[in-house]
Order: sequence, then structure tokens, then C-alpha cells
Amino acid sequence: MEEPFLILENITKRFGRVQALRSVSLDVGANELVVVLGPTGAGKTTLLRTIAGLEAPQDGTVRIAGEDVTRRSPAGRDVALVFQDFSLYPNWTARRNLEFPLRAPGRNLTQAQIDERVAWAADLLKIAPLLDRKSQQLSGGEMQRLAIGRAIVRRPRVFLMDEPLTNLDAKLREALRVELARLRRELETPMIYVTHDQTEALSMADRIIVLSEGRILQIGTPQEVYRRPASPVVARQLGQPAINLLNVTRSGSVWVSESGTPVAPAGDETETEMILGVRAEDIAPSGGKHAGTIRVVEEMGPTKTLLVDWAGCDIHIVAPVTLSVSPGDAIFPRVDPARIVLWRA
Amino acid sequence: MSFLELRQIKKTFPGGTEAVKGIDMSVEEGELIVLLGPSGCGKTTTLRIIAGLEVPSEGRVIMAGRDVTNLRPAQRDVGFVFQFYALYPRMTVRQNIAFPLESVGMPRRERAEQIAAVAEAMGLAALLDRYPRQLSGGDRQRVALARAVARRPSVYLMDEPLGTLDADQRLGMREFIRSRQQQMKITTIYVTHDQEEAMSLADRVVVMEAGRICQTGRPTEVYDDPASLFVANFVGSPGMNFVPGQIEIQDAECRFRPDGNDARIALKRHVRPGPIVFGVRPEHAHPAPDGPVAGKIVMDEYQGNFRSVHVDAGFPDNLVMRASPGRNWAVGEQIRLGFDSEHTRLFDVETGQRL
Repeated sequence: MEEPFLILENITKRFGRVQALRSVSLDVGANELVVVLGPTGAGKTTLLRTIAGLEAPQDGTVRIAGEDVTRRSPAGRDVALVFQDFSLYPNWTARRNLEFPLRAPGRNLTQAQIDERVAWAADLLKIAPLLDRKSQQLSGGEMQRLAIGRAIVRRPRVFLMDEPLTNLDAKLREALRVELARLRRELETPMIYVTHDQTEALSMADRIIVLSEGRILQIGTPQEVYRRPASPVVARQLGQPAINLLNVTRSGSVWVSESGTPVAPAGDETETEMILGVRAEDIAPSGGKHAGTIRVVEEMGPTKTLLVDWAGCDIHIVAPVTLSVSPGDAIFPRVDPARIVLWRA
Repeated sequence: MSFLELRQIKKTFPGGTEAVKGIDMSVEEGELIVLLGPSGCGKTTTLRIIAGLEVPSEGRVIMAGRDVTNLRPAQRDVGFVFQFYALYPRMTVRQNIAFPLESVGMPRRERAEQIAAVAEAMGLAALLDRYPRQLSGGDRQRVALARAVARRPSVYLMDEPLGTLDADQRLGMREFIRSRQQQMKITTIYVTHDQEEAMSLADRVVVMEAGRICQTGRPTEVYDDPASLFVANFVGSPGMNFVPGQIEIQDAECRFRPDGNDARIALKRHVRPGPIVFGVRPEHAHPAPDGPVAGKIVMDEYQGNFRSVHVDAGFPDNLVMRASPGRNWAVGEQIRLGFDSEHTRLFDVETGQRL
């Protein structure tokens, strides 16, 4: 494995009595995109701000390219931070917004070099035709491109992105997501990307870090975190609809739900009570032995999502679009036994 | 006559912005209608006109057989939920939910029952005695929604009520809104830019663009048979793939030839030769060893229960294929694609309308 470029060791951050980060350790490869996922208040933004130097941790170290930068000012770290609310100068043209970080004291770039960098960033983000407009005249998507442009123009050593697409329309978000994925391949710079959008997390990340209450719950590839979540809390962070969680007890060779419905065959686990997780696409709407009642049918385009009262719970099933069902219908769900996850209760 | 009718509604704001350019819409009693479109399409203005918060420049709003065009919001019996929650900061959650019930004169006992039922259904029971400042943003949003649905107005008007919630909470609230609306049969107009929310909630979706309605229909109609390129792209995530090209007739067979490309795609139906836009949804494009289109993989987006695989086939835009999650696709890998012929769509080059 290549030498990690950015290393966090045992970072602890308290605000008064609030523990925002609890001994967070993490390393990011030189060309890696790491997504930090977690509910509101998990500590995601604090983590980014600590890397950027906007917060000083009480404990732990931040290393970039082998150097300890923990006590260094934000400017001395050479990292770029992109926020969800753009933070552009509204009365300046797009060009002036892009030039600004290049004119910072100590940069000593010639006008020709500045022009060259601006043209490069504008081209990469497809905003070249907009350079002479004031940023307040741009659309939301254009403004966010410009904000990203302002971050990349000075070619920092690390990109930190704090929900950069959250304030955009769903459709625009989709388009920019694809562009960001392309951009990061071309930039070859490590990126830490905070989001609570699971589509962004799954599709963009090399690795996902699931953070909750200031602690890292799991680090893994999107497939690992999606298929083998470390805990029910992690499991619920990914998947649309959310994973089904059932409290089950062993009854002979099967796991049964609290209502006594057999859910899946039991293996050689020694526990008698467990939490069983099964994703909505891993329950077939037919083929099982025990009836459930459909409560809600949602048309999702390529699939439909059923909310079914089954085994004493509300479960979600992703069904083929060709399945013809209505609320009130009885169906016989079948859990794919190869696809379940079990945790100690 | 329908329960709610909009007739030739136009709205021009001072300064000349034409937000709504002539809208006709009929809503049946008990129906859930979703107004869907990008920002600036006029969906929120339309909703505010129904609420009485804006007066249309032209046209009539008819509610339950009564012309309400010039009536104030309070005279219309509508329940309005905004994206940005406005709660009374000095009232507890319970008092916030109770307030609109008190103001319509609901007796104390009935009020208590109503609040308990809504709080239970929305998972707010434990928060009833807290103040808004003690709640998270998501909880405040749920209280705002609870306050609106505790009452039984003749129409619910909802403007992106789930906008600020986490994905996890959003799905739960969506199902709650849907099942409660189906139980109570209250006519609901719901505004969103999120096509997934629209598809999952609506009895009928009204797709809007630039102040006009592009298409009205059941979610599956709008998805399967979009009226135009705009609808086909806007509905679906990602939207439909488009390929510009020509219709050719050869040996009595009608085929599509992408511009600047040797591929030939056989069509099920006969259309006049000439320029056209071919459309196919990602789930109707598949790897096929003898498929008509050749390309190479440029991106593979894992999404948990599926993958969006982007293929450069030499067309102006990459083709996106929805693939099973089990197989990885390497960037640069060569692939041939085939399409489900009964699910391909054709659009007019000039007007963008579906043929």
C-alpha cells in the first residue's frame, strides 16, 4: 500500500462539555477520495475544520505529506475547503473570485501565471464563458462550480468538501456529482468529502468513514460498508429504503421475529437473541410461507418500494416494476438467507 | 366539476418576471397532486396562488365550486406547510400543534386526542413538552408538519416540507404523509424539485417548466411515456439517455442511425425518415454481445442495490446503463449495448415532443 498522504492520529475535540470528536484516527492516500458519512451532529464538519486548521484539537496530531501540521495556521497547511453555501464575493466577477486566492500575499505569481491557472480551472469546470459575469448573476449550479473552481485554482495539497452539493436541486446535484467524480480523477489530489447523501457516498468514495457522535464506527469500501455494516447504526446510514432491522430469537434451526414468524435459517451462531438486518432488495415479494399485508406502494421508476406489515414489523421490499400490487393485498415475502446480516442484540 | 380548479392562471411580478404563464389544472377531491419542476419553474408561485398568498394577474381559482380567487388565505380553509418551518418559539411542541386546533374552536378533549394521535404517528410523543429551540432541525420540521396535519382543512398545501430532513427521516415522513393522506382523503397539493419524492407520493404528477405545465399524469405514465425531452430527463435519476440521429427505412425495416456513427438500432414502429432524438432509460440498456452499439466504460457508480455505468459510445452524451451491483466495470473496458425495443422512445428534434 502506498504511503498515506494525510494522517490523523487520535484527534479529540471538545467544545465546552460537548465531545465533538473522540480519538479519531484516519489515513488518506495520495489520490484517494474518502467520504465522511453520518447523521447531523456526528462531528463531520468539525473533522474537516480540524484538518483545515480552523479548529485546534485538544489532543492528537494532523500530518500532511509527512509533516506535523497540528499547530500550523490554515494558510500554512495548503488545503482548500469548499462549503455548501458557496461563500463567493457577490459583486465580484467570476474571474476576480477565481483570481483572489492566487493573489494572496506570499504567492508571488505573475499575471500570466494567474491567467493561466484561471483558464485551466474555468475550463475544467466549464465556466469559461461566465468569467466576466458577477457571481450574483450566476445560477446555483454555476455558483457552486465557481466555488469549487476557487478551491482548485491554487492547486492545494488536500481538498476538503463540506456537503458541496446539498443546496442544489436534485437534478443539478446529479450532474455535478458526475462532474466532481471526473474532476477528482484529473486532479489527483486527496479529497475528504462530507455528505449525508448516500448516493454521493456510495458512488464517489474510494472508502467511506461512518461517523456517529464523534466516533468512527466503520471504515471500508462502499461495498463493504453497504453489504457488511459493522452495526445496525452503520447499516441505517446507507440504503434507500433503509435496511430492515428485526429483533430475532433462535427457535431450533431458524431465526424467528418477535411475533413468532420464521425469518431466516440460523447458522452456527452461539447467541439466542440477535438483530437481523436485511436490505429491501434482498426480500422477494413472493415465495415465502407467511403472509404479509401491503400498506404503501411507491412507484420509483425502475422499481417499486413496498411497505409491508410482515412478521410483526413494517418492512420495506424493493420489487420489480412489473409486479402488480395495491395496498391491502396479501403477499408472501421471502428473505434471501445468503444476504442477511446478524448482530448481537 | 373537480374539487379544485385553476383556470388560465397567469402571474407576472412587478418588474416583469412572468412566473406562471397560463396554467389549467383540475384536482379531484382526496387526490394527492405533486407539482414537480426545477427552481424557477413557477411551482411555488402556483401553490401560493392556491393558498391565497399571491393574487394571480389573470385567471380564476375555484375551490369546492366557489370562486376563491380574491379571498384571503384565512377564508379558504387550507393548511399550508413551508419548507422553512415557522414555529412559535415561546410555545412548547404541544402548544404549537394545539394552536391551529384552538383557533378553529376544537373542544379541549378532542384536541388532546388529536395531538396525541399525530404525535404518536410522527414519533414526537417524547418531545411534546419541549420548546422549539431544544429541538434539532429535523424535529422542528416534523413539528411543523404535525401542526399542519393535526387540523383537517379542505386542502393541504405543502411546499417541499421534507427539504431539510436527513435521507433516513425523509423516507419515513414520506410514507407517513402518504398513508395519512390516503386514510383521511384530504386533497393535497405538494411541491417539490425531487422527482423521487414526486414519483413515490403522487396520485398524479404535474411536471412544470418555465411557468407552464409540460405533462400531467400518473407517476408511471410520466415515467414510461414522457411527453417531451424535458420530462424524460427530469423524471428519473439519472434521466433518460438521448441520442440524436436519423430515421432510415431499409428493406421495409425502420431503423435509427445515431449521427456520426455506424450503429443501426432496429425500431418496433414505423416513423418518417429524417432527423430524430432516440431515448432509452438506463434500466432498458443492457450489455449484449451482439448489441447494436459499441462503446467503452468511462465511469462505474456503485449505488448499493444497483450500479450506474456510464458508456462512451461516441454520442454527444455518455449512455448510462443501470446494471446489477454484483459486477465491477473497469474504466476503459469495451462493451456492446442492446436496448429493450418496446421501451425505446422517439422525440421530435425541433419541438422536443415525443412522437
